[in-house]
Amino acid sequence: MSKESKLGWKKIPIGGLLFEPGSAMQYKTGDWRAFKPIVDQGKCINCLLCWIYCPDAAIVRKEKFIDINYDYCKGCGICANECPVKAITMVEEKK
Amino acid sequence: MPKIMGLTGDEAIAYAAKQSKVDVVAAYPITPQTIIVEAFSEYVHNGEVHTEFVCVESEHSAMSACIGASLAGARVFTASSSQGLALMHEMLYIASGLRCPIVMGVVNRALSAPINIHGDHSDMMGSRDCGWIQIYCENSQEAYDWVLQAFKIAEDHEVLLPVTVNIDGFILSHALERVEVYDDGDVEKFLSIRNAPFKLDPDNPFTVGALCFTDYYFEIKRQQVEALKNAPPVIDKVNKEFEGLTGKKYSYINTYGLEDAEAAVLCLGSTAGTAKAVAKKLRSQGKRVGVIKPWVYRPFPSEHLLQTLGNLKALAVLDRAICPGAPYGALCSDVVSTLYDNGKQLKVFNAVYGLGGRDITPFDIEAIFNEAMDVAKTGIVKEPLKFVGVRE
Repeated sequence: MSKESKLGWKKIPIGGLLFEPGSAMQYKTGDWRAFKPIVDQGKCINCLLCWIYCPDAAIVRKEKFIDINYDYCKGCGICANECPVKAITMVEEKK
Repeated sequence: MPKIMGLTGDEAIAYAAKQSKVDVVAAYPITPQTIIVEAFSEYVHNGEVHTEFVCVESEHSAMSACIGASLAGARVFTASSSQGLALMHEMLYIASGLRCPIVMGVVNRALSAPINIHGDHSDMMGSRDCGWIQIYCENSQEAYDWVLQAFKIAEDHEVLLPVTVNIDGFILSHALERVEVYDDGDVEKFLSIRNAPFKLDPDNPFTVGALCFTDYYFEIKRQQVEALKNAPPVIDKVNKEFEGLTGKKYSYINTYGLEDAEAAVLCLGSTAGTAKAVAKKLRSQGKRVGVIKPWVYRPFPSEHLLQTLGNLKALAVLDRAICPGAPYGALCSDVVSTLYDNGKQLKVFNAVYGLGGRDITPFDIEAIFNEAMDVAKTGIVKEPLKFVGVRE
């Protein structure tokens, strides 16, 4: 999510009106994040507790371990807190 | 052929709204604007208009209903004053932010406390930065003419902004004047049905008022500034078309005696009428004085003002509202910031007058002219901000 990827005032629809439905998907909330969850895939036991708890549905299920969708992960840290094997660590974002 | 009617300022505004064939009126009565709402509800009752008249419980709701109707593509009119306008304040920003071309008659009245029902500009100046186009009228004729033009300016796709047409409470709102009104057919030719670029439609839904945080809000506000910047050529175009229809010439600024004036008074609204009468008398005595009356206050006509100044040496700016703690009243601040850096060797002083409807008499204005002439002669401003007509 770089600044350049966002439209300038000349291109934004007038008054901020949105003419397409379902456009919330296009609004990537990942750049709200101050801490980034990093998964140690060697430790992950694929119990999916993080997947259940994640309030943003940002945990991606894979065959043997989980991954994180950083486009939408706001970095709340609930996954790291719930992980029973401490496979997720929160690392400060470098801005 | 136009016909002559005896109309108060309020009635003139209501009559113009009627001829503009507004689709929706949502309004709440408040003195001294009440006559507008009353007159319009009578048109509805008599079947003279096909307007949806929404009776609401407050001005906040009135403006909210107007915003919804405007987004649905309707031509929308409302009116308010003073505390009513203040209660609308929140919605005024939403109307301009969502680019709703609503036209509102504002009958200027003082703000509480202390409570007062009479005319001054505190109400509109309090909402000065709401992003609306703001027009001030000198008499009922101008109020009628500007309302007709306001719809055309507001609804232009280059602008899409709401407009307030301001008249002085009681001085204009309740004074019966001769007003030349145009045929319904002529008005219809001038002001065709609104063609909205987008309309709320259940079959083609769109989102209005989406959340814009740190990453988009600034851009949307920047667009609004641009919309106000786009307004002047549209105002020009509408003024010219209106002149073609009626022979009446409107612009951003109206002047009197500026061709050779050395000292002038600049003011908004009905006071300009008194100032012109005083200037006429002084000019007959050989004094080179003039009057500048901005019709359009927002967007502020800086360029036109600079072109107007001619050989002026002193300018008295009259503010009918107070900006407590500020160096000048709002109007004078705009004038001074326009002059600064434009190389104009022009001395300015500010006279705050007429708060709470206190009369401004020809004698008061003559004294202001005399002071301005003195400043023109000496180049010295003794009192940059003075209060005219207040007891010590």
